Amino acid sequence: MRYEAPETTADAVALLTGEQGIARVLAGGTDLLVQLKSGRLEPDLVVDVKKIDAMRSITAEDGGFRIGAGVSSAEMSEHDGLCAMWPGVVEAAALIGSTQVQGRATMVGNLCNASPAADSVPAMVAAGATIRIVGPNGSRDIPVENLNSGPGKTTLAKGELVESVYLPARPAGSSDAYLRFIPRTEMDIAVVGVGVSLTLDGSGTCTAARVGLGAVAPTVLLVEDAAKALIGTKCDEAALDAAAAACSAAANPIDDKRGTVDYRIKVAGVLTRRAAAIARDRAEANA
Amino acid sequence: MSQIHVTTTINGDTTEYLCNPEDTLLDVLRDTLRMTGTKEGCGTGDCGACSVTVDGRLVCSCLMLGAEAEGKSVETIEGMADGEELHPLQTKFLEHAALQCGICTPGFLVAAKSLLERNPDPTEEETRYWLAGNLCRCTGYDKIIRAVLDTAAEMRQEKSNAA
Amino acid sequence: MPLDSDQDTKPRTSFKYVGTRPIRPDGLEKVTGKAKFGADTFATGMLHGLILRSPHAHARIKSIDTSKAAALPGVKAVVTADDFKIEQEPGEMANVRANIMARGKVLYDGHAVAAVAAVSKSVARAALKLIKVDYEVLPHVTDVDEAMADDAPLLHEGMITEGVEPAPTKPSNIATRYEFGHGDVDAGFAKADVIVEREFKTAATHQGYIEPHACLANLSSDGSGDIWVCTQGHFMIRDSVCSLLGIDFSKVRVQSSEIGGGFGGKTTVFIEPVAAALSIKSGHPVKIVMSREEVFRATGPTASSSSRIKIGATKDGRIVAADGLFKYQGGAFPGSPVEFGAMAAFACYDLENVRAVGYDVVTNRPKQAAYRAPGAPMACYAVDNVIQELADKLGMDGIDFRLKNAADAGTKSSYGPVYPAIGLKTTLEAAKKHPHYSAPIGANQGRGVACGFWFNFGGQTSVSLNISPDGTVNLTTGTPDIGGSRSSYCLMAAEELGIPYEHVRASIVDTGVIGYNDVTDGSRVTFAGGLATINAARNAIKEMCSRAAQMWGIDVEAVKWEDGYAKPSGANAGDHEPLSLAQIAADAPNTGGPIAGHVECNADGAGVSFATHICDVEVDRETGRTSIKRYTVLQDAGKAVHPSYVEGQYQGGAVQGIGWALNEEYIYNDKGLLDNAGFLDYRIPVASDLPMIDTQILEIPNPGHPYGVRGVGETSIVPPLAAVSIAVSKAVGVQLSELPISPPKLLKALS
Repeated sequence: MRYEAPETTADAVALLTGEQGIARVLAGGTDLLVQLKSGRLEPDLVVDVKKIDAMRSITAEDGGFRIGAGVSSAEMSEHDGLCAMWPGVVEAAALIGSTQVQGRATMVGNLCNASPAADSVPAMVAAGATIRIVGPNGSRDIPVENLNSGPGKTTLAKGELVESVYLPARPAGSSDAYLRFIPRTEMDIAVVGVGVSLTLDGSGTCTAARVGLGAVAPTVLLVEDAAKALIGTKCDEAALDAAAAACSAAANPIDDKRGTVDYRIKVAGVLTRRAAAIARDRAEANA
Repeated sequence: MSQIHVTTTINGDTTEYLCNPEDTLLDVLRDTLRMTGTKEGCGTGDCGACSVTVDGRLVCSCLMLGAEAEGKSVETIEGMADGEELHPLQTKFLEHAALQCGICTPGFLVAAKSLLERNPDPTEEETRYWLAGNLCRCTGYDKIIRAVLDTAAEMRQEKSNAA
Repeated sequence: MPLDSDQDTKPRTSFKYVGTRPIRPDGLEKVTGKAKFGADTFATGMLHGLILRSPHAHARIKSIDTSKAAALPGVKAVVTADDFKIEQEPGEMANVRANIMARGKVLYDGHAVAAVAAVSKSVARAALKLIKVDYEVLPHVTDVDEAMADDAPLLHEGMITEGVEPAPTKPSNIATRYEFGHGDVDAGFAKADVIVEREFKTAATHQGYIEPHACLANLSSDGSGDIWVCTQGHFMIRDSVCSLLGIDFSKVRVQSSEIGGGFGGKTTVFIEPVAAALSIKSGHPVKIVMSREEVFRATGPTASSSSRIKIGATKDGRIVAADGLFKYQGGAFPGSPVEFGAMAAFACYDLENVRAVGYDVVTNRPKQAAYRAPGAPMACYAVDNVIQELADKLGMDGIDFRLKNAADAGTKSSYGPVYPAIGLKTTLEAAKKHPHYSAPIGANQGRGVACGFWFNFGGQTSVSLNISPDGTVNLTTGTPDIGGSRSSYCLMAAEELGIPYEHVRASIVDTGVIGYNDVTDGSRVTFAGGLATINAARNAIKEMCSRAAQMWGIDVEAVKWEDGYAKPSGANAGDHEPLSLAQIAADAPNTGGPIAGHVECNADGAGVSFATHICDVEVDRETGRTSIKRYTVLQDAGKAVHPSYVEGQYQGGAVQGIGWALNEEYIYNDKGLLDNAGFLDYRIPVASDLPMIDTQILEIPNPGHPYGVRGVGETSIVPPLAAVSIAVSKAVGVQLSELPISPPKLLKALS
């Protein structure tokens, strides 16, 4: 295995493009090193992106924030502006693993690892986040929910890597929330994860909403029916129930050591209702 | 396969070592530098026994490559006491009987020190959640939490006495 | 040497040092990172050992080809079962021999098949890949009930169930049947007004010590040398390694390192004979450290169980009959703790008619090892749930019902002996009076009370007490310290000698230095090691009185020992200034040489220990998640030598029990492979899962110990399974009967 730590994105792209064998990007390393230890993965090249300036910063951009691929979730939690605008995304990233893991883990790494149960992804999907992919043929921006094609699988072409995540600006009366179910209080992989982002107008009516649902399908789902159930309502009990039912219906989970099909379908609904209520309450405070 | 030369700072001392690309910082600390105070309980970031701080940030050393320590400042349990003077956390752990077998203790001390540096007045709940990544199988955590909260109170008192 | 019989037989009740809370002697090294655990040592020329493990739950080994591995540059030795040539008598050591390296068949996912020693970990990993094993995969079975079925895959061709008359003609996976009890349960049930009968299941759990097994073996070609190892019994390590490799015991010195948790799981060998064989074969020291995955797959979890309990009572609340059937699987070899489980199940109760039947069953899982009160938690879980259900049906308070039927001094226990003075009623009464029991309970909350019991053991113990010229004392012992026993030994020695605690140091020395010691288990060390320490101190005192007599020129009968001084015992002994221990020690070269006391004994008289636990839970009915809101342990310690460490045992055992009740379980897939071999998905409690664990130490002295000490380390894991389960059942209004009470299972039970 070779280790390289390039100082520019272009150099990183060149290394990845030029590698004949298996290459992996190293940001936080909290998934990659576990895979190395298990012996399941033996890359020929590891490209550490943490020396690249563009990947290390959180920058204000067009009213929103661009977060570099190498920014840890702990650093995100310490950024006041980000916490105020996108509390749901920040709290989702801050739930990954332990305090120690959050000291290294990055949202982009969490996304590119392509686990269906990744904590930060439902919140990013709900936020309408986009990612900037840089590769040998230039750069492109895509919605977060389009990156992954299945468990452990991204749609990145050879030589491509994700440079940053963009969280857009928000109108007044907006906020978001992320909830996950785990059997303990910390440390577990999400059995179900729900991210809800919404905007309320002056009368408290929901004018926009997005709902991201994780750990219940091969990739994180954008549940449009759940959003439709909230838009045009005051996010009252009936609307929350309808959104919950939509997520339960959209869920397509498996039985595994963390949960059963029935369980995940039920809890998807429960968490949707709870997360939407929190997002609504936060949005009201932002009016 | 050739080894990587790394220059880093460990507990304030400039340190150089050679490591394989796939060696973790934990491997380097224990096997190369023979600093065995940092422990391996799982190797996958689930138990916190390998906790160190890197540039002031609490991390699992099993989740970092030795190569990634280049130019960084690493603090381990061996750097916690100042010569013969223990850190207040170390003293309180002893007084509260907050350790039994002691294998998780270095990780807890490093993690708790990091907590108190960021938040000198944590609640019991904040303390428990900060330390959720440090597993202990002997104590049930009770005396550990008491020791951390008691240390926080004592350190706040000393700070206000000194002011 | 027999223990002195001319001391007072009633336990002492007033103390100067015992019962205080000094800093433990090994504490400073542990908080600075200096303490050396199993993996913390190195040797010049050391090789790294790595073990190849079976990827199948059950398979015949048709052939193993290690030639390419042996030829890889950097590989210095390769071993397989062929390297363990010494035949063993049928029994435990034969099973250990087959467990540490598979012979002919692999019996579980992770079973060791071969091992290499190489100059680096990466060469060792590459070498393992070059070993070719030809397997014939066989059908497997991992569930205890399925393993008992007639058509179950058979693990051992010749296994005929023992304890059954007449003996079965066909082999099966049932190793042994046990039966305990007295009276006539059928006649008893005929008198009952209310009967509850229920079936229960518990999953296999692991001790979960944070330190993986590790050892460094440095042996020469004649078998002599040393082994450094984290273990609960370094004499056991020596005996096992030497027996398996045909080496005289005296040739190998084993030193126990500090141990990063054991709880019973480190009372046997796994990697040590392999490291020893590799060391001899390679001519180099060999270090083996298990990965966490290996620990889960291939060390010794405890049994999963399937049981049926039937208890009947009259309407005034007296139990008239109790009948229990316990089926435990202990992995691929006989030895599940079902015997202890059947003995402990009803031990808390005073019963005229009682029967407990246990079946020890083998399955394609790793060979079990002891886990804190082995066998008792799962049995008492089942029994106490039925006790509570009966109390509810009778409209009686749970504690009152238990008090009405509680074992006491003079009760004939369900497993045979008659109890002397015991503390169960005291813990129940204390629980009833405890503020926790009368605190209000909120919505979706429930409270559970449960009792537990453990036998506690004595065992072979050797202690040497040596007095230095400056009057400070070294205690050399051979019982690894897994709970703070070194400080307890120092307290007891200080108490007897009358010198400050700080003047006594205890260390655990290697097998070449001290007399034999049984493994640290059975909650025996503070009891037996303490007994030996006290008697060693008394022997040293006798010697010092004799030296004082010499120094004064009087008869030794005229000298007494008091508060650290030799004093004339009466006016006619003459007018002599008291001599301190330090003064006598300084003059030792002139009065006969070094002063010591030592004891080698097989300690008897360990006292049983009872506990009552109270647990409050809150259940989120929409997700099935349970949180522990409040927990109290009330347990009899006989005499708490170091109260902080007694509290620590109460809290640690309770939390292991909480994990066992809520989230911990071994999960096997349909190929018989372990699905959750790591701390991510084997879910032990984390700090944020728990409240403070309140404790109350009760002291009903054990007449068999000079200070009244009872073992405390194990009883605390026995009540929590039932306490949590009963609390959850009450919170949701549904009687639960399976552990762990994981959220998917609870939500299903609620729907």
